[in-house]
Amino acid sequence: MPHPAVDISDLVMRYGDVAAVDGLSLRVETGTITAILGPNGAGKTTTIETCEGFRRPHQGTVRVLGLDPVADATELRPRVGVMLQSGGAWLGVRAEEMLRHMASLHARPLDTDALIERLGIGSFARTAYRRLSGGEKQRLSLAMAMVGRPELLFLDEPSAGLDPQSRRATWDLLVELREQGVTTVLTTHFMDEAEELSDAVYIVDSGRVIAAGTPRELTGADARNTLHIVAPAGLDTHALAACLPPATTADEPVPGQYVVTGDISPGLVTQVTTWFGEHDVLVESVLVERRSLEDRFLDLTGKALR
Amino acid sequence: MLRAQTLMELRLLARNGEQLLLTIIIPLILLIAGTQSSRIVDLGPGRPIDIIAPGVLALAVLSTSFTSLAIATGFERRYGVLKRLGASPLPRWGLMVGKVGAVVIVEIVQLALLSTVALLLGWEPAGGVTPWLWAVVLVVLGTAAFGALALLIAGTLRAEATLAVANLVYVVLLVGGALLVPLDRYPDIAQSVLVLLPSGALGEGLRETFTAGTPPFLAIAVLAGWTAVAGLATARSFSWE
Repeated sequence: MPHPAVDISDLVMRYGDVAAVDGLSLRVETGTITAILGPNGAGKTTTIETCEGFRRPHQGTVRVLGLDPVADATELRPRVGVMLQSGGAWLGVRAEEMLRHMASLHARPLDTDALIERLGIGSFARTAYRRLSGGEKQRLSLAMAMVGRPELLFLDEPSAGLDPQSRRATWDLLVELREQGVTTVLTTHFMDEAEELSDAVYIVDSGRVIAAGTPRELTGADARNTLHIVAPAGLDTHALAACLPPATTADEPVPGQYVVTGDISPGLVTQVTTWFGEHDVLVESVLVERRSLEDRFLDLTGKALR
Repeated sequence: MLRAQTLMELRLLARNGEQLLLTIIIPLILLIAGTQSSRIVDLGPGRPIDIIAPGVLALAVLSTSFTSLAIATGFERRYGVLKRLGASPLPRWGLMVGKVGAVVIVEIVQLALLSTVALLLGWEPAGGVTPWLWAVVLVVLGTAAFGALALLIAGTLRAEATLAVANLVYVVLLVGGALLVPLDRYPDIAQSVLVLLPSGALGEGLRETFTAGTPPFLAIAVLAGWTAVAGLATARSFSWE
C-alpha cells in the first residue's frame, strides 16, 4: 500500500509555553494539491517547516514521502522543493545567478532558461536580489523550489505579493505539475486560491485542524446556503417555512424579495417554486447563492483580528 | 556541488567593496605605514619592516577568517540563506566546506600579495623554508580558531550585533591584541593575558618564526586550544535561523 506524500499525526510544537501547533493531524495524498488555510499565527508555517525538517516534532509524528524529515534529511532533500515565506537568497546575488546556483546543487535540475522564461524572471534576471520587488522575489523563490524536479513541493504563501497575472501563471504551473504527478502542499490566505486550485483544504486555527475536506465539501456540507427569490410582496413567509424541511427559514427582508436559508438542495428549490406556483404567484427570479470558502472560513475562525 | 558553493561564496565576497577594504587595502596601508612606524610607535629593537610584516600577515588572517566570515554568515542567517540552503541537497558540512574554501582562497591571495609587497619593501625573514612551513601551520590554526569564533558569534547573535562585535574585535585586536605590536612592548601584566589570546599567539608566533627562526610551539598550543574550545561551543550553539 503506497504511503501518503505527507502524514502528520498529533503534532505538537511549542515555543516556550505556547503551543503553536497543538495536536494537528493531516494527510496529503500523492499527486494532489493541498491547501492549508488559517489566520495569522494559526501554526501553518510551523507545521510546514516541521515537514521540511527544520524542526523536530515535540510530540507526534511527521512522515514525508514515508520518511522522517529530520533523520532521513539527506535522502529527502533532493526529492522535496521548498519555498520559504521570505528570504532565502543573498542580498547581492543576481536573480538568475541564484537560480543557477540552486540548480547546480541538484543532480538532475530543470532547464533554468525554460524556467526563467516560464515564470517571467528574464526581465529581472540580472538584478540583485535586494532590488527585486516582492512579487519578483516570490517568483524567483518559486523557481528555486521547483528547479530540482521535486516530487513534493512545500510552498509557504506562494502568491503573497503577486499581481493577478503572476498568480494565474503560478496556478497554471502548479496544475501542470500535478498532471505530471507532483504533490504540492501550500499555505495561503487567499480563499479563491484554495477553492480553485486545491484538491483538499485543511483549515487550521490555534494549532489544530478545525475543518478538512475538498473545497466543495467545505462550502457545501452543513453550510447555510441561501435562495433569493423575487416575487410580488406580502406573501406569508410563515406558511412557506412551514412546508419546508426543519432548520430552513424563510423571510422577506425587503418587500418583494424573499430569502430562504438552509441546506439548499435541488429538491428544496423545487419545493419552494412549487409553493409559489400553488399560490398562483409568478416568480420573477430565483438565485441560489452558495457560500464561499471565505464565508465558511470566517464562520469557523471568527472575525476577530489576530 | 562543493565547488559551486565555494565559487558562489567567493564571487559574493569579491563583489563586496567593504570586504576588499578590510582584507586587502587596510593591511596593505598598515604594511607600508609600518616601515615608517618607528616615528609613530616604538616597535622595539630591529628593523620596522621585519617586525611589521609578520604582524600584517596575522592581521590579514584575522580580517578574513574572523571579521569577514562572521559578518557574511550573520547576514546569511538573517536573510534565510542558511535556512534555504539547508533545505537543498547541499549538506550542512558542505556549506561549511564552501565557507572554509572561500576563506582559504582569499587568504592565499592576501598572504601572497602582502608577502610580496613586504619583500619588495625590504623584509628579510629568517632564512630557509622552515619558517614558512611553521607560518603555514600557524595560519591554518589561526584560521581555524578565528573561524570558529566567527561562527560562534554569527550563529548566536543577531546580524547587526554580529556586525558590531566583529568590527569592534577587529579594531581592538589590531590596536591592543599583540597582533601588530610585539608582545614585549606591552606592560608586563598585559603580556601574560595577550600571549594566551589567539591574536597574540598568531602575531607573536609569526614574528618568532620569521625573525628568530624558532618553532612557535606555545603559539601553536594556544591556537589549537582556542580552536577546540570555540569549535565545540559553535557546534553546540549554532542556530541556522
